[in-house]
Amino acid sequence: MTSENPPKNDTNHLQRITVIWIIVSIIGDLLYWFLVGPHVPPGRMTSTAKGNQFDFNVLFIIAFPVLVGIWEYMLYAVINWRSKKEGVPESVGGPRAAENRKLQTSWIAITTVVVLLLAAYGTVEVIVGKGSGGGEGPNPIWQPTGAVKAETAALAGNGTWSPNSNEVLPVQVIAQQWKFTYRYPTFGGFESPYLILPNDTNIVFNVTSLDVIHSFWAYQLEVKADANPMENNVAFTKTEQLGSFEVRCSELCGIWHGAMFNSGQVLTPAAFMAWATKTEAANAVNTKDLPPFAWTYVPDANGSSGGYYPDGTVTPYSPVEVYGSKQPSS
Amino acid sequence: MSKEGRLATVLGLFLVAVALVVWAVASFITPGVPGGVVNYTNTQAAGQPVNLTVETVGSIGFGAHPSWVSYLTKDPHTGKWVHETSWELPANTVVHMTIYQYDSGSPLRNQEWGQVQGTIGDNATLNGKTFSSYNSNTGTGVGHTFAVPQLNLVVPLVGVGGSNICGTAPCLINFPHNTETFSFKTPGPGSYNWQCFVPCALGYLFGNGGAMSAQNYMGGELEVVQ
Repeated sequence: MTSENPPKNDTNHLQRITVIWIIVSIIGDLLYWFLVGPHVPPGRMTSTAKGNQFDFNVLFIIAFPVLVGIWEYMLYAVINWRSKKEGVPESVGGPRAAENRKLQTSWIAITTVVVLLLAAYGTVEVIVGKGSGGGEGPNPIWQPTGAVKAETAALAGNGTWSPNSNEVLPVQVIAQQWKFTYRYPTFGGFESPYLILPNDTNIVFNVTSLDVIHSFWAYQLEVKADANPMENNVAFTKTEQLGSFEVRCSELCGIWHGAMFNSGQVLTPAAFMAWATKTEAANAVNTKDLPPFAWTYVPDANGSSGGYYPDGTVTPYSPVEVYGSKQPSS
Repeated sequence: MSKEGRLATVLGLFLVAVALVVWAVASFITPGVPGGVVNYTNTQAAGQPVNLTVETVGSIGFGAHPSWVSYLTKDPHTGKWVHETSWELPANTVVHMTIYQYDSGSPLRNQEWGQVQGTIGDNATLNGKTFSSYNSNTGTGVGHTFAVPQLNLVVPLVGVGGSNICGTAPCLINFPHNTETFSFKTPGPGSYNWQCFVPCALGYLFGNGGAMSAQNYMGGELEVVQ
């Protein structure tokens, strides 16, 4: 029976597919890594952005050979093993097509190893990246050296920061319908609609909300943290490049959600210092009327209980000192 | 159905789909002023400042939501108060704004909005007196704010005290009120929303539903054109 004889060139097929796969994969990965990789969003403005870009590129060069393997095999099969004309014997099929334990075992083993490696890699990157710019809640597990000290001093009102001091800069992000504002506790606690940051500095963002749930997303900084009322969601990054970036709310929060965005800037440490000092002085009149700096604030002083005004005994926008075990008590 | 019939049906449906797409695209790219926009592009000579007058009232007193708080605009052509809060303005032009604030006040949820920002000189006048910041925890508090977030423009509107507060729009000038004036310069062409930062929608969650989340009440658009 001619049709039940195995094709004579099975080994050649496998070798040919493997060689093509290796060559295309290597060329594609190298082209991607050197030509495309450096330009992949969100760029390299901060340590977390750089880490995110690196991780994406690593995932791509792992995924690309898998994609190439599947496409190549499909194309190869269509060309070489497609249905022949009537009377011409099939090149595949019959008992040999029923199962291939060696191939199945190899496929399961390889994919299992790849998935487990990716899980381990992702976990390591989150740890090394101090949360990779994501909100870690009020008690961050991973944080840069000096963060607790800076946060403690900020709350006590005696925080300091100066260019080249290598100190962590705490910045509070306050979300409200429908705008973000920012408080700088190391500069007298002034509040501003502008997010200005010094370059080459570890930043700790303390993200909270005065009403509904928002989400602080500084895209080019690769920082994203939900803003919840009565919660302090902490995220870290380190600025590494001068320039402007965009901040958007990424949680549907009401009629003007789509307009809840602004831009920020990373300046040289000296320029930032000049801006912060100048703004602190310019805003002093209003800063004295702000509540004392705290991690969160009572959002229901105005508009509480469904929108009614306070009766005069409630302190508006009052500070609530919500701490975790790693935060100072007072 | 015959082959010709099926072909005609498919062709007809295809033409309808193409027409719908063309209509949607044309509607999107065709410039035009939507209804309910007060036009300020022809109220003064080119390059001259625009005078824009609005008022706030604690409850509008008519329409679908008579109890809702609202802004009203003084029509520059007729001089009448209209329940519209979107304005077509010329680009790169100074706007002299006058706001008659007829509503009561309270402490701000965020005192940041007590600071005048983004106006020419970063100040405003309250009943003729210049100010740059108002502590909403004192006096009659702040009733509303006029704010254009994308322009970082914020002006607190100081609340009115007393018992004879106007409750139905349009409010007459003999009701207790505060008059605030300020100027700002419009940016380049575009659509910029403005809003109140006082959660003044009584009876709604966090005070930001109802009138705060509806056009023509406590927010609107600046349609800036060349």
